[in-house]
This record gives sequence, structure tokens and C-alpha cells, in this order.
Amino acid sequence: MEKKLIPDKDFRISSSCGLAGIMSEEGKNFSGEAIIKSIATMHERSNGLGGGFAGYGIYPQFKDLWCFHLLYDNEEAKHITEEYLNLYYEIEDDEAIPTRKVANVQPRHILWRYFLKPRIVRMKSTDCAEETEEDFVVKTVMYINKQIDGAFVISSGKNMGIFKGVGYPEDIGKFYRLEEYGGYIWTAHGRFPTNTVGWWGGTHPFGILDWSVVHNGEISSYGINRRYLLNFGYDCTLYTDTEVMAYLFDLLHRKHNLDFEIVAKILSAPFWDEIERMPEKKKEFYLSLRMIYGSALVNGPFAVIVANSTSLVGLNDRIKLRPLVAARKNNFLYLASEESAIREICPSPDKIWAPKAGEPVIGSLKYKITTNDISD
Amino acid sequence: MAKPKVFSEFIVERDEEKCITCQVCCRMCANDVHIYDSETDKVNSDSTKCVGCHFCETVCPTQAIVIRRNLSEPKINAHWTQRVVTEITKQAETGGVLLTGMGCDKPYLSYFDHIVLNASQVTNPSIDPLREPMELRTFLGRKPDRLQITNYKLQITDAKLQTEIAPQLKLETPILFSAMSYGSISLNACMSLARAAREAGTFYNTGEGGLHKNLYDYGKNTIVQVASGRFGVHKEYLEAGAAIEIKIGQGAKPGIGGHLPGEKVTEEISSTRMIPVGTDALSPAPHHDIYSIEDLKQLIFALKEATRYKKPVGVKIAAVHNVAPIASGIVRAGADFVALDGVRGGTGAAPTVIRDNVGIPIELAVAVVDQRLREEGIRNQASIIAGGGIRNSADVVKAIALGADAVYIGTAALVALGCHVCQKCYTGKCNWGIATQDPYLTKRLNPEIGARRLVNLLRGWSMEIKEMLGGMGINAIESLRGNREQLRGVGLSDTDLKLLGIKPAGEAW
Repeated sequence: MEKKLIPDKDFRISSSCGLAGIMSEEGKNFSGEAIIKSIATMHERSNGLGGGFAGYGIYPQFKDLWCFHLLYDNEEAKHITEEYLNLYYEIEDDEAIPTRKVANVQPRHILWRYFLKPRIVRMKSTDCAEETEEDFVVKTVMYINKQIDGAFVISSGKNMGIFKGVGYPEDIGKFYRLEEYGGYIWTAHGRFPTNTVGWWGGTHPFGILDWSVVHNGEISSYGINRRYLLNFGYDCTLYTDTEVMAYLFDLLHRKHNLDFEIVAKILSAPFWDEIERMPEKKKEFYLSLRMIYGSALVNGPFAVIVANSTSLVGLNDRIKLRPLVAARKNNFLYLASEESAIREICPSPDKIWAPKAGEPVIGSLKYKITTNDISD
Repeated sequence: MAKPKVFSEFIVERDEEKCITCQVCCRMCANDVHIYDSETDKVNSDSTKCVGCHFCETVCPTQAIVIRRNLSEPKINAHWTQRVVTEITKQAETGGVLLTGMGCDKPYLSYFDHIVLNASQVTNPSIDPLREPMELRTFLGRKPDRLQITNYKLQITDAKLQTEIAPQLKLETPILFSAMSYGSISLNACMSLARAAREAGTFYNTGEGGLHKNLYDYGKNTIVQVASGRFGVHKEYLEAGAAIEIKIGQGAKPGIGGHLPGEKVTEEISSTRMIPVGTDALSPAPHHDIYSIEDLKQLIFALKEATRYKKPVGVKIAAVHNVAPIASGIVRAGADFVALDGVRGGTGAAPTVIRDNVGIPIELAVAVVDQRLREEGIRNQASIIAGGGIRNSADVVKAIALGADAVYIGTAALVALGCHVCQKCYTGKCNWGIATQDPYLTKRLNPEIGARRLVNLLRGWSMEIKEMLGGMGINAIESLRGNREQLRGVGLSDTDLKLLGIKPAGEAW
């Protein structure tokens, strides 16, 4: 019998979306209620076929452990995955992700979370001895997502997690009881896919390590971006633009050590005529960027909000074909597809603006969070 | 015995009522088809000599001449076609190797004609190139894996590049004129190509004919070729060009060398090629200092040393069965670009049997080479130039989406100069003044007008490419390169689709 193809996993589907992101640059934790309120304002931007959230700073008690959010189709997949995880990680804690019954959300999967510590010796015994712990975690995630049928890692960072499913985002937020968590960065996504989507794994945010990506767009350069990433060992397990975007950020920022500002100029490269007008040194720099990273240029309409444990970044495509609004107030950075979503939770920001095409909005922690800060 | 006669391929039809016996056709035809008979005051035409270049038809002031294909065929036979019979007849007569010019004209499957492009609808806006910027600028050459910079935490302007980028060729449109030597084509044709390359911001290629002294001015837009005969290769020559191309093979004649007959080696060609006047210019089949890949590496680096690592050095090969591993070896040997020439690639002269039967289509070659280089993680180390049968802007877009960085056009450029693809380049009697050294014929090609026509062609194609990109929702050519998601196959087998790395039409993302 021919295998039934799953949208997002086996083929790409187009979708339009609503995005929102909030960050306390001081690292102050606040409940998930605000982000739910913000994304709920943009109800019309989604059609009930996908909603999701990412929160940072939500597991202070396990902040040094890798937290995997898993989505299982059945008990068997869970069993196989746990056996596999046990090979390379000590499972310090695990539990069902707490949910509540919500009328419009039909749970279809087993949702489970694990707090993991890599068994360094075992890790080193594999062929990835030269790699960092992060690279090893990436490999684990890719293995599970590709090889274990019915198991899917939704998020795999430290002190962060992704909560998503099929439904309107405000319902998904309620379903996951997000108001009970405190985090210093929250992002949200409401989806309007062109296909029926049953599988929860394909909804957003997409996560790898502590990256989470919410994305509104359709990438026309997808074909080459995906093949470019393959060059660097990123084997896309899904067929979603968001996954490609997440891996590009991981490659350019984490592996190639490029600042977000530079990453933005690669993904949404300035036009040649703009580069021509730059002073000599700058011109040479941008010329090099485009020559070396041409295949990482993300072409087509998009607005994206990317977060990791220290930053929140908003970015548009090079001609701004999808909406994105930013605002600041009291060391808080707000990002959303529509101004209303920001005004809903922050009626009078100090500054509110529409970022220009290819101009990143970057929020970063003002200081590194220590244990003391979190317990305060 | 009654010897079979070669059927004339064309019939010259002259409308006697329109003909004013001005005799321009008699003066113009290098093949002596038209002869004026003063006794009858009529022009007679010998159809057996006609090559079908349509020059007389073009210059006839009263449109009295029409050249038609000769429909007098032997009995229709799908296997023993007229062409087969003619070829046998010719060889029975002469005992020689049949020669021809231009590219393979056999009806092999054209993959280009079985690939269709994508466009945006609703979920993704298309972009109007008349209103929005649309970028075709392309850089050819070795690129590093990544950028190393210091001070990246500071302003971008303070960031210091640690990565040194190898020399690159900057193209304003991803189309170059492919190698056509001075010798195979006239100086006026070379001049037209050189001027057009300069004006359009791209490059032409000297072929293996050396560089005529009048063309040194165009060095910045010249790729100088080093072929097995090493004709005209010297220090100034290497330094004159913007890049160097080592020619290993050619799509029209993979595996064999070249032959410029002594009659064509005029004073000028002799000094350009550095060979005596009137001697045959024979390029050996292989380079006699390259019998393996490591020898190629030595030549690449010898040329890089000679030019102080200031110019990209590429390698051109004919697309053959093993093209992917060969290209991979070439990149590992240090080439900055690999030019692939498909089975449709043209020539000034080649044995017909070789031209028509050796090599593989460029579409497949580009696809497998691009894929192989990516699998090996070395795709960024060299650019790919695809050539051999590129006919229009759609072919360019398809070749780039399959994985090429840019394309070479040869035949298309000559057609812009007047060529009617009569395939008689090897006779040296080109009425259009292109593939000839006869001063009476070459002066028909005005390099200024020729350059204008070539620039027009590149402009037209570039605008069309922009329209196609805009339709896909893409505004920079680098997002098309290797982006096979934008292609779909129509009427291709599963194996073809797999090799091309594309989905069949009807299949969504």
C-alpha cells in the first residue's frame, strides 16, 4: 500500500500567518497570557489549522538540561524514542506536557517532555567526537525525526519549549495552560494553510536547539536554500520554509559566528544598486557577503520572528512583501504582524514603527541571566 | 558506370519576372551558385552548389529569389533516409571523413523542451521587473565556504574581512559568448563579440586561436583559452585576459582535436597563432602534457603562477558519460570554474559522425555535475558554465535552475550576426562574413553593427529572464541557481526526472 503523504512532512504547503513576539530585554519573566492576548487579536490571520508558541526562561529548575518536547503518534514510538534517548542521554526528568480540555482543540498525539543530560562518554564514542554538544543534540533530533516513525521533536533547547498544535492559537495557548508559565521571551504563530493539516508537527514555531522560528511567508528560493543547507550537513526532515529558516539562522549565527545584523544582510541582501552607493570598505563587505552567501539569500515574501535564549529578531524579506511591526517600551520589545496585536497588550509604546525591508529588529538580553536573577 | 549523384539539398527558385539581372546574387554567393549568362541576359542558378545560407535571398533587391528545400526524395524510408544515402554517396566518391559545422542536428530529445517553469499565484506575489529591482549580476569563480570576520560585534562598517576571496568574473547578465577562435570565425566576428561583451558587461572567449593585436583592448572582457595546440599562448596573451580557460574538450567533438586547414592560415592568423603561413593548424586530441587529473592540476597552477593568482582559471570539458566525477576532479584540481559543453555544442569543423553521436545533452550534464559537487560539499569552490545548444532565455533560466551559474552561447550569438545555421563553416565560404577569412566576405560583417545586434540579443534575453524570475517571485538570480523546485518535467521518464532532480508537472511542492 502506498504510504499516505503528510503535509509539511512529505510535501510543502503554502500558508499565510499572524506572528507575534515579546521580549523583556532585562530578562524579567512574565506569564504566557500576554502573548495569547496579542496573537488572539489577529484571529483573522489564521484559520484554525495551526497555532503555536515558544517560551524562554520557562524551566528555571532545569535550566542546564536539554529539554525535548516530543510529539508521538502512539505508545510504540514513545517507547522506541525513549530507548534511543537512553543510549546517549540521562533522562533526569520526564512527564506529560500539562494540558487542559479546550473545545476547539482535538489532541491527536501523545505530548511528552524530557529533561536530558548527554552522556558525554557515549557521545564521544560515536563518530561525532569532534563535535560540540550542540551538534550532537542536532544529530539526535534529526535522527528521531527522520528515523523513528511516529515520533517528532518539537523543541530541543535549554530552559525553553515550544507548544503547538492544530487549532486557533488562542485555543492552543489555553490548551497548553501557558498562563501558568513565566518566560522572558515569548513568540506566537497563527496559521492559515492552504491545505487541511492534521499533523501537529508541521505547525509553528519550528525549533532546533534553543532556536524557535515563527514565519509568515512562502520562500521562492526554497529549492536552493534547502540544497545549500545540505552542503553543511543540515538534512531537512520536513518540507517547511520555517525549518529552512531555522537552519539558516543556526548555520550563520551559531556555526559561522555571524552577528544577527550580518545574518539579516545575508537572508535579505541589499540590492546591488544600494551596495554600489556604499563607501568602499562597506561595499567590499557586502559584495563578499553576497558572493559567498548567495545561496542563503531567502527570496520571496516573508516576515520572520526568530528567538534564542538571548535574543529576539524580527526580519522582513528584501522588498517587504509581508507585514511586520515593532514597538519598544520599558525595555520590552514587541513584534507583530499587525499594530493592533501590540496595542492590545501595550497601548502606548514609547516607539512603534514598521521596520524597513531587510532591516532587522534585534532585541537582546541586557545582561546574562544568572541563577540569582531567576530566583528573584 | 553511371555514378550516383548527390542530390542537391536546396532548390533555388528565381522569379524571372521579378529578376532585374542586377547580378548582386552572382557577386555575393561564395559558392558560385548564380552565374550571369550574357548571351541570354539571364542569371542561371546551380542548385547543387547551394548550401541554404539564404544570403542571396536576403540581398536580392526585388525578392526574386526563394531558396527551398529539395523535396525530391528517394523513396521514403525511416531508416535509410535521404541524409544517410547522401552521406554514403559522398564517401563512396571521396573516401574521406565527412565534415560538418555547427552543433548536432539530430532529433535527440531536447530536455529543455520537456521542462516547464513555475510562477506565483495568490500565496506568493509575483514581482514586476518594470517596477521593482530585478538582479542578474553574477560572479564566477571560487568562493570560500564561509566568511571569517573580526570585530563583528561592532558596526558592520568596522567589521574586518579575514576571508580573502579568490579572483572573480563579474557578469551583468549570466550569459557569456563561448569560445570561437579567430580562424574559425573572422576578425570582424571576433570584434563584434568583444565589443558586445564589453558593452553588456560580460565576456567573450578567444577559443584556441590566440588573441589578435586589435583585440587586446577588450582584455577585461576576454576569457583567453589554452587548448591542446597552445596556439598564440604567451605571457602577454595570458595577462591580457580577465580569466583563463583550459580547453580539454568541446561538445561538438569530444575526444578529438581541431584542424584549421592551411588555406585559412593567412598572414594575420599566422602571426596571431604563431605558426607559419599556410600550414595546417592541428590541435592534438589530448593535451600532450595532460594524461591524467594530476597533470591538469599542474597546468592549472602553472597558469595561476604565470598570472600571479590574479585571474580565475577554469577548465572546459565536453559533457560525456562520466562528466560528474570528472568535473569533481577538476574542481579538486583547483579550477575556479568548470565549463560544460553539451552534445548540441557547435564547432567550426568536426567530423559529422563525431558531432552527431558523441557526448550527452547539457541539461543532464549540468544536473548531475551540480548535484555531485553539492554532495561532496565543493559546489562553492567552482562555478559552472553550461553551454551547448542554449537557444533562448528560457533555456538559460532552465540551465541555471538545474545548477549552472551562467551559460555560454555560441550558435545563438552567430545567428544574431546573420548565421542561418547552414553548417558549412568548415568550407570557409561563409557568405555572412562570419566563418570565413576571405576579405571579400568578411567585410560584409560590420563589427559595430554586429556588436549592436549581440547587445540587443543579450538585452532582450535579460529582460525576459527578469520577467520569468519576477513571475516566480524571485528578484535575484542567485535564488534561481540550483533551485530545481521551480522546474517540472513534462513527458519525461522517472529516470530522467531523477537525474535532472526535478518533479513531474502536476506534482506540487
